[in-house]
Amino acid sequence: MSGSMQVPEAFGIPEWDVPVRLLDLEPGTDLDGALTRCRELVEDTEFPTVRKWRDAGGQVLGHFQVYFPEELAHAAGMLPVKIRGAPVDRREADSHFGSYLCSILRSSLEIVLTGRIEIDMFVTHPICDAARNLAGMWARNRPEPAQILYFPQNANSAFARGYLREEYARVLRDIEEMTSTKVTQKDLTLSISVFNHNRRLLRELYRIKRETPWLLAIDEAYVLTSIGGLIMREEHNALLEWALPLIRNRPHKKQDKMRVVFEGGFCEQPPLDLLRSIAQFCYVVDDDLLIGLRWILSDVAAGPDPLESLADAYLNHSSYSPVQHDLRKPKEKMLLERIRGSEADAAIVAAAKMCEPGLDEQVAYSQALDEAEIPYFITEFEEKMARHDQLQLQLETFVENILFE
Amino acid sequence: MTQATQDADIVGRGNREGKRLFNEWFAGLTDTAQAGDSAAYVFVMGSLVEILRAFDFPIVFPEINSLQTAVRHISDEYLSLAEDHGFSPDVCGYVKADYAVQLRGGDHPMGRIPKPGIGVLTNACNTYIKWGEIWERMYDIPIFTLDVPGSRGAPRNGDSYETAGEREIDRRYVEYQIRELISLCEVVSGKKFDIDRCREVLQYTNLMGRAWRKVLEINKSTPAVYDAMLDGTIYLGVANALRGTPEGAAYFAELAEEMETRQEQGLGALGEQDEQHRLIFVGVPCYPIFRRFYELFSEWGGSFVSSTYMWFASGGLNLDFEYDLSRPIESLAEGLLVGVRSAVDSMLFHDRALVEAIDEYGATGVVYHPVKSCRTVSTSLADSRRVVLEERDVLALFIESDMMDKRVVSEAQLKNRIDAFFEGLNSKKLRSAGAASSVDTGT
Repeated sequence: MSGSMQVPEAFGIPEWDVPVRLLDLEPGTDLDGALTRCRELVEDTEFPTVRKWRDAGGQVLGHFQVYFPEELAHAAGMLPVKIRGAPVDRREADSHFGSYLCSILRSSLEIVLTGRIEIDMFVTHPICDAARNLAGMWARNRPEPAQILYFPQNANSAFARGYLREEYARVLRDIEEMTSTKVTQKDLTLSISVFNHNRRLLRELYRIKRETPWLLAIDEAYVLTSIGGLIMREEHNALLEWALPLIRNRPHKKQDKMRVVFEGGFCEQPPLDLLRSIAQFCYVVDDDLLIGLRWILSDVAAGPDPLESLADAYLNHSSYSPVQHDLRKPKEKMLLERIRGSEADAAIVAAAKMCEPGLDEQVAYSQALDEAEIPYFITEFEEKMARHDQLQLQLETFVENILFE
Repeated sequence: MTQATQDADIVGRGNREGKRLFNEWFAGLTDTAQAGDSAAYVFVMGSLVEILRAFDFPIVFPEINSLQTAVRHISDEYLSLAEDHGFSPDVCGYVKADYAVQLRGGDHPMGRIPKPGIGVLTNACNTYIKWGEIWERMYDIPIFTLDVPGSRGAPRNGDSYETAGEREIDRRYVEYQIRELISLCEVVSGKKFDIDRCREVLQYTNLMGRAWRKVLEINKSTPAVYDAMLDGTIYLGVANALRGTPEGAAYFAELAEEMETRQEQGLGALGEQDEQHRLIFVGVPCYPIFRRFYELFSEWGGSFVSSTYMWFASGGLNLDFEYDLSRPIESLAEGLLVGVRSAVDSMLFHDRALVEAIDEYGATGVVYHPVKSCRTVSTSLADSRRVVLEERDVLALFIESDMMDKRVVSEAQLKNRIDAFFEGLNSKKLRSAGAASSVDTGT
C-alpha cells in the first residue's frame, strides 16, 4: 500500500512553462500507480514520450550514455533524451555490426533504424572504443547530424576545464544551428537551475534508498530516476517532489535483508526484472545505474560563465565510472567509498556482456574488495536477458552464505 | 660488386634488416631490464617518443610485445594467466598478454621487458586508458594521459567536421598538455628537457615519414612490390620501435630504395607468382596464424596493396606533414593532433578513405577483418562495408577472428570464406574480360 495522497488535478503542470506534458499520469493516480506508469514508459520500446514531444513540434537531442550536459539542449528548447538501448529484437542493426559487441550499441541503432525513436541530433562520446564508432555509423545511415563530444580523459590537466568549456561551446553552437535559436546566458542559467533542482531531488531519492531501503526497492528507484531521461526535467522535478514525501510515508517494515551496492550499470542497463530479482534478497542501498543523470554531485555554480561552470562541475564535482580517467578517483577506491558510505555489507559487481570497460574494472574491483574483505558477487548481464533463474539462484546462494557465515 | 649482386642484396633487405633491428631493440630492452632500470611505456597511436627520447628513456611498446607472443604462437599462455587473474575472455588480448608479461617479471619470447617507470598514452584508444590504469595499480607509477580530441563527426562538404578555429583550440590544448608532460618527464628522469635533442628526434621522424610515404606510394604500381599486411607489419614494427632515431631513418631510406628497385625490376610481392587480385586490408591481422593467414590470400594470387593498418598504426607517418623544427613543441602538438586524428578517422570514419584508396591503388577487393580484441578497429566495419560496396564495383570479404586469441581463430572456416571470395573475384574477372572482349569484337 503506497501513500494515500493521489496525483492532484494540477499535477504535471509545473510552475515552469513546459510546452507539452509528456508524463500522462491521470489525476487520482497513487504512488504505486505512478510507479507502474513510469515503469511502463521506461520499458516501452516505442518511446511514447519522445513521440509525443515531436508530434507537438518539439525537437529532440539524443545522447548516448554516460553523461551529457543536458542543460545545453534544454536551454535551446530541445528535449534531451538519453539513448540507452532497449530490449528489442534486432532485425536491422545487427547487420551493421560485427560480433563481440555489447547489446546497447546494437539496440541503440536498432531503435532509430526501425523508427521506434526519432531524434533531430545525435551526440555520442568516446566512453569506449565501441561507442565512439556510433557517430560515423549514424552519419552513414541517418539524415540527422551526429557527432562526438570529446570529454577530457586527462582530467588532471590544468587545461582540461578550459578545453571542455570550449567543447561545450562548440556543441552549443551546433545545437543553436539545429534549432535556429540563440541561447543566452540567461537561458543557460535557468536550465542549470532546473537541473540543479533535479539533481537535488535525485540525491534525496538516493538518500531514502540508502537510509531506509525498505521504503524504496531498487527497481522502483530505478524507474523514478530513469523516466527523467525521457521527459522534460520540469516534469520530472514535479513528479519527484510529489513522490518523495509519499515514499517517506510508506508503511513498509524493515526486513532482514543484506545491504548491497550494485555496480556496473553505468552504460547498458540491466533488465528491470533482474533488478526486481535482486530486490527480493537484498536492499540495494547504492548503485551506479544511469550514473550520468546523477554525475554531478552538487549544484552547478551560477557563475558568469555557465559553460565554464558546467565544465568545472563535470571535472571537479562529479561521480566516477569506468569510462572516465581521473587520478583523483581510482575506481576501486571510489567503489569502497560507495560501499562504506552506504554502510553496505557486500557488493554486486556486474558488467554488461562484451562491455570492455566494465569487464576490465571487475578485475580491479574484485582485487580491492578481496583486500578489504568485503564479500562480492560477480556477474554479467544483457539488457535483453529473458531468464534470470540461474543468476537468481547464484545470488540467493551468495546471500545465504554470507548470512549464515 | 655487380649491379645484379647489388640488386640481390637490396631485394628483401627491408625484411632482413627489420628483423635484425627488432632483435637488437629487444636485446637493448633486455639489458635495461637486467640492469634493473625502468622504461617509458607508450602506444603506437601517439607514442610521443619525440619527447621521451629527449630524456633518453628506453621505450617499450606493450602492443608490440603482445602481438609478438601471438606471432610466436604462445599468446595463449599469457592470455590464460591473465584470465586466471580475473580478466574476461572478451576483453583486449593485448592488455591481457601485457598483464601476464608483468606478472612474469617481464619474461617475453623476445627477451626481458623492463618494468615501466612512466606510462604515456593518448585517448586514441580507450583501452589504452584502461591499460594505463593497470600499471598505476601494479606499480604506482605516473601515467600521463594526453587528450587528443578526434574528429567530431564525418567530414562535412569534403572538409573536416571542425572549423579552423575549433581545430586551433584543440591544437593549443594538445600543446599545453605536451608542456605538462615535459615537466613530468623532468621530475621522473631528473633531467632538464633538451629542446635541441628533441629537434634531432623530430628531424629523424621527418626523414622516416618522407620515406614511409614513398613506400606507400610505390605500391600503387602493378604488381605491388610488397604485401601491405605481411611485409607492412614488419615495416610498422620498425616505424614505431625506432621512430625518431638515426637507425630508423636509415632503415626507411633503404626500404624506399629497395621498393624502387623492386618496382624497376617488376618484382611483385608474391615472388614467382603473378599478382591476380589487388586487395586492401581493413583491420588488424590474424597474428596467431599470421603466416598461414597471409598464404590463404597469396595462394590465390591475392596481394594486399594497401591496409588501413599502415595508416592508423604508423603514428601519422602516412600524412603529408613534417615537423617545423623552428617551433618544435607547437609543431609536435600539431603533428600529434593531425596524426592521431587521422589514425582514429581511419577506424571510425574510414569509408571515404577506403573509396579513395580503391581508386588510387586499383583494388578489386577489400578484406574486412574485425577482431574480438579491438572494438576501435572493428565496431563499424560491417557498416562501412555497405557504403563502400554501394560506391565502388569491388568485392568485399568480411571475416572475423582475433589478433591474439587462437580460440576464436578457425582456420578451416576462414579458408572456406576466403576461397569463396577468390572464386567470386575470379569469376568477376572472367566476366569483365569477356565483356571487354565482346566490346573489342563488336559482339
